[in-house]
Amino acid sequence: MLPDDVTFARLQRDFGSALLSGGAPPPEVSATERFEIYRYTVQASLAEVLAAAFPVTQRIIGVSAFDALARDFIAAAPPNVPQLSAYGSGLPAFIAAGGLADVLPYLPDVARLEWARGESYFAADAPFLDIAKLATLPPSKMEAAVLVPHPATRLVPSRYPIHRIWTVNQPEITDVPRVDMSMAETVLITRRDSYVKLRLLLPGDAAFIAACFAGKTFGASAEAGLEKDSAFDLQAALQVHFLDGTFGE
Amino acid sequence: MSALTGVGLGLRTPHMVPLAAPDAPSVPWLEIHSENFLCDGGPRLALLHAIAERTPISCHGVGLSLGSAEGLDKAHIARLKVLFARVKPALISEHLSWSVTGGVYLNDLLPFPYTQTTLDVFARNVSDAQDAFGRQMLVENPSLYLTFAGSTLSEPDFLGALVERTGCGLLLDINNVHVSAANTGCDATGYLRAIPAEAVGEIHLAGHSTGADGVLIDTHNTAVSAPVWTLYAEALRRTGPRPTLIEWDRDIPALDVLMREAATAQRILDTSIAERARVA
Repeated sequence: MLPDDVTFARLQRDFGSALLSGGAPPPEVSATERFEIYRYTVQASLAEVLAAAFPVTQRIIGVSAFDALARDFIAAAPPNVPQLSAYGSGLPAFIAAGGLADVLPYLPDVARLEWARGESYFAADAPFLDIAKLATLPPSKMEAAVLVPHPATRLVPSRYPIHRIWTVNQPEITDVPRVDMSMAETVLITRRDSYVKLRLLLPGDAAFIAACFAGKTFGASAEAGLEKDSAFDLQAALQVHFLDGTFGE
Repeated sequence: MSALTGVGLGLRTPHMVPLAAPDAPSVPWLEIHSENFLCDGGPRLALLHAIAERTPISCHGVGLSLGSAEGLDKAHIARLKVLFARVKPALISEHLSWSVTGGVYLNDLLPFPYTQTTLDVFARNVSDAQDAFGRQMLVENPSLYLTFAGSTLSEPDFLGALVERTGCGLLLDINNVHVSAANTGCDATGYLRAIPAEAVGEIHLAGHSTGADGVLIDTHNTAVSAPVWTLYAEALRRTGPRPTLIEWDRDIPALDVLMREAATAQRILDTSIAERARVA
């Protein structure tokens, strides 16, 4: 018999922790072997959610290694919101803190890129900054303007060639070429017309965008771009960013 | 009782583009899993908006955890209210189950003992949810793989008392009745006779599979089975015509396969309406 709410809460806590660990179900459960069906469903469904959110990470380490990683992560950090598109934000840091990162030091950043891509897909809709609006400002006002990212825009810097790694690990590529791991790459993620786009930024452009998103003025950001790369072409970069919808209003 | 009629389909992401297209096949209504659309924006939500403009939507929740002893998550209720304001669902439903404990979401529809205590908890949560949403909810019978030593109420009695206390409706999942009856050794026909038929606002149909020791598993990965079609006809005799949904969640087939399943259900629904007319 279950005398009160407290006992019921305790039963659910025990049931839940047995689902996530390998532990025995609470004694009230009638058929212990049938408990495995629930344990399997919970763990396999969450592992599938992670695999769907991190397909490149999965491809790099392989299905069985990813499954083991997912199960460790599920046990350590189960979802705390009943919204599966939000589950997995902690996986890049979990990879960085674990043994995989010793062998594949670029893996946490690849996972970060994948998570940022998913965030972009589900981010709020909002108007894009109109280039004509910026062009009508007098020079002093333009210098002082602050360009903000659109809600679906993400900037992912890395010491590793994450754009290249991501690109060569797409499903349609069967023969993965060797990647020069000495290249640092910064990826800009944008979403326009229902399509999430990954763009590899040149170093000057990367510095410019990073400065914009750090709240620096347009003038200071342009300077940051030129400081990074004296050949930074601000006009060309702006054309691309307005087409991609990098900035919000 | 409900704004929906006929046989609807569970809306799954592979079918969203075809169903949002101008030449989309006509479906009387569609049901979404609410928690798949709690995002802030983006293509998936845009497609849902396009579909909802011309097709009535039912919002079927899988994460509210009405059976949680710790009560409902107010933040989750707020998220659902945003979704409901967006798609203006014809009806909303959840499950006779729980999935949250200690703030952890377990992503499954978990069983619990049926007792006066758990009835108190469940009824309080249903009332809180209905108050927050300002409308009636339907509560769906789960598929069970095990029971609890402490249970003192049958599931139909639990549901009957819940309806009486909260004014909620029922979502009768025929496949779950079949699966639970087989797994817990109760009688499916007796179950249909014991639930309050007038409270049923919607019926679910889905496929299941058979596990190693003969256990039936509610996999939703295949066509509706013959015994479930038979039980469906039996249920309609008890409830009268009810909006009916085809659910297919894994190994999702082409839309026309789902449409054929829906056509089968529609024939059974039409037959039950004709039978009633004859009796009357």
